[in-house]
Amino acid sequence: MIVKPGSSKNNKTGSWRVELRPKFLQKNCIGCKMCLLICPEGCIKGDEKNTYLCDYEFCKGCGTCAVICPKSDVVMVKEESKE
Amino acid sequence: MKEFLEGSTAVAKIIKLCKPGVISAYPITPQTHIVEELAKEVADGQLNSQFVNVESEHSAASVVLGAVATGVRAYTATSSQGLFYMAEVLFNIAGLRLPVMLTCANRAISAPINIWNDQQDSVSMRDAGWIQFYAENVQEVVDFHLIGYRIGEDKSVMLPVMVCMDGYVLTHGIETVDMPEQEQVDKFLPPYSPPYKLDPDNPLTMGPLVDPESYMETRYAIHQTHRYVIKLIPQITADFSKVFGRQYNGFIEEYRTKDAERVIVAMGSVCGSIKDVVDELRTKGKKVGLLKITTYRPFPYQEIYEALKDIPKVAVVDRALSLGSYAPLASEIKAVFFGKKKKPQVISSFILGLGGRDITQDSIKEIIRLLNTKEKSCEFIDLKPELLKENYEPNSI
Amino acid sequence: MLEASGPNTIIANNTGCLEVFSTKYPESAWGVPWIHSLFENAAAVASGIEAALKFLGRKEGINVIAQAGDGGTADIGLQALSGMWERGHDILYVCYDNEAYMNTGVQRSGLTPFNTNTSTSPIGSRSTGNIRPKKPMPEIALAHGIPYVAVASVGFPQDLQRKVKKALSVIGPKYIQVHVPCPLGWRYESAFTLEVGKVAVETGLYPLIEYENGKLISVRKLNPPKPVEEYLKIQGRFKHLLDKPEEIKKIQEIADNNIQRYNLKGETTD
Repeated sequence: MIVKPGSSKNNKTGSWRVELRPKFLQKNCIGCKMCLLICPEGCIKGDEKNTYLCDYEFCKGCGTCAVICPKSDVVMVKEESKE
Repeated sequence: MKEFLEGSTAVAKIIKLCKPGVISAYPITPQTHIVEELAKEVADGQLNSQFVNVESEHSAASVVLGAVATGVRAYTATSSQGLFYMAEVLFNIAGLRLPVMLTCANRAISAPINIWNDQQDSVSMRDAGWIQFYAENVQEVVDFHLIGYRIGEDKSVMLPVMVCMDGYVLTHGIETVDMPEQEQVDKFLPPYSPPYKLDPDNPLTMGPLVDPESYMETRYAIHQTHRYVIKLIPQITADFSKVFGRQYNGFIEEYRTKDAERVIVAMGSVCGSIKDVVDELRTKGKKVGLLKITTYRPFPYQEIYEALKDIPKVAVVDRALSLGSYAPLASEIKAVFFGKKKKPQVISSFILGLGGRDITQDSIKEIIRLLNTKEKSCEFIDLKPELLKENYEPNSI
Repeated sequence: MLEASGPNTIIANNTGCLEVFSTKYPESAWGVPWIHSLFENAAAVASGIEAALKFLGRKEGINVIAQAGDGGTADIGLQALSGMWERGHDILYVCYDNEAYMNTGVQRSGLTPFNTNTSTSPIGSRSTGNIRPKKPMPEIALAHGIPYVAVASVGFPQDLQRKVKKALSVIGPKYIQVHVPCPLGWRYESAFTLEVGKVAVETGLYPLIEYENGKLISVRKLNPPKPVEEYLKIQGRFKHLLDKPEEIKKIQEIADNNIQRYNLKGETTD
């Protein structure tokens, strides 16, 4: 059985998100990259400070990025909220 | 070139000519001479190969799995307990569709521990998906490795191959062998060029988790490939004959069966002894013959049917058991004829030669004699009744 | 870890959570060549891959990594791993230590810590959990004389990446053991994975050590070490210990031994 590399990108796990989603304020971010490193989905991208953002098509809403941000620049908000 | 060689040496020589890039094995009697000789070739710079001395057979099979997955031809050899220890890897290799080559020096299975020859080991692995060849003599051992690499590595096959040779009888016996030359081998066996391999230039994933939605199809695919191998074998043996001058049917050998009234079916070195008995009895006017099975997997139903359909009495020799039920080869031979109009009147099953017990010409004659009696569903030949009488008595010492 | 090793990597993976969720047919999360064979043979399969690359003259420039969980490393996979180390293959072996057989339902493994509540070392009227300490895998690795052995934690991801890069710059067998908290198996809220990992290290229960050629070249110092209770109280798997001071004391002893042995008290100099 052989599988094409990276084909799991077809599986949009964002649909697994239930209650909360992360909101990246992009205000006080210092570009430490911790959110990017710790995300279990590997769906956060960014380069300079205040550019980090997750791909909501894959984000499962685990909240680890919000807990880890040293500047509290990521907050968890309700999924239905318009923010 | 004709040489007088110990079977193990002949195997080492042919493997050397096939130029595997990775060799990995764990020592077990009676396979040891094969890998020792290969190690010496590598040590002397005569064979450019990575020789990996592993800590168990499970790892030996895993190492060759990894090597073939990386696109490099590989080789391993084992027997008995070793084959069983790598059993899950054997199924894994076939499932991953990797053409590994393995020589099985057929040896009995523990318990009780016994290092002598029978076929329980490789026969017990018949479900693993490997192509299996059984050799009658050292020449066949040599030739089947060549044919095996060629078939296994065929892009439409990509299945592992097991060449079975009777332990001690063929591994340690010395026979005349016509050893191929390197140019002939190079002509017959192209370099290994797989359709898929682990390579950062072209990444892929091997061995995913497959759920009930897709698993059955992968197993069906291997089964279908075995059916395709049946079609491929005659083409390969024809090619082989062109290069080396030796003809093989590839599936079976019909020895004096055309007008036979009684035929013995068997696999392995015992066929040599059976041929001698057949010849002797023929001079006495007895119409007997031998059907040798060369390729056990894929099982050549059609060829066996054609060879035996007009034979009145057939004896199947098994050097392995399926404890508690019919003998393995016998049950498969009988299954060929179920529901067919043309079939032997009698198909008798005989168990012989377990744990290295000699199969003598007298034993073979006994089978031929027993064919004229009632059909036997599972008859053990040459049992020692005095041993059977022994019971375990506590406090008897 | 893959970010640290780059695209010129081939991975052999044992069966486990990582393998199962990342390669559910027909999809694969891996962008590098990756093979899964069985539960216990990644080290042997990787040995075969490495030997094949050596034969092809392509080993230089391609990282070969074998990965497994704690069970696949310290228990069922130990034989193949020991063989790979002993033969000196140029392979990095990474053990993802979540301290139990998580994929099959949180059963106790050789790396399950003392007094842990797992499904096969459950707490009961006669038991406070797993009765044995962790098998000292880093020490076993060192005993094989391999050139690089390190312990890392998901709680310190940059340190982990540094260690992976360092390991891959060394030729020969390498071992990195990574502490990986498992929200389901350890019973805590998944968002706090990094925190849990950090506290484990900060109590001295999971010292971050680094050895090169048998010499200890770095430790993460603790200033000051946290009492083990701070680690135990944030996980459901240790909840049963919180009212048993004698048991907590035994765990504190394990931490204290580590602190003394690796001289963990003080400021990290780097």
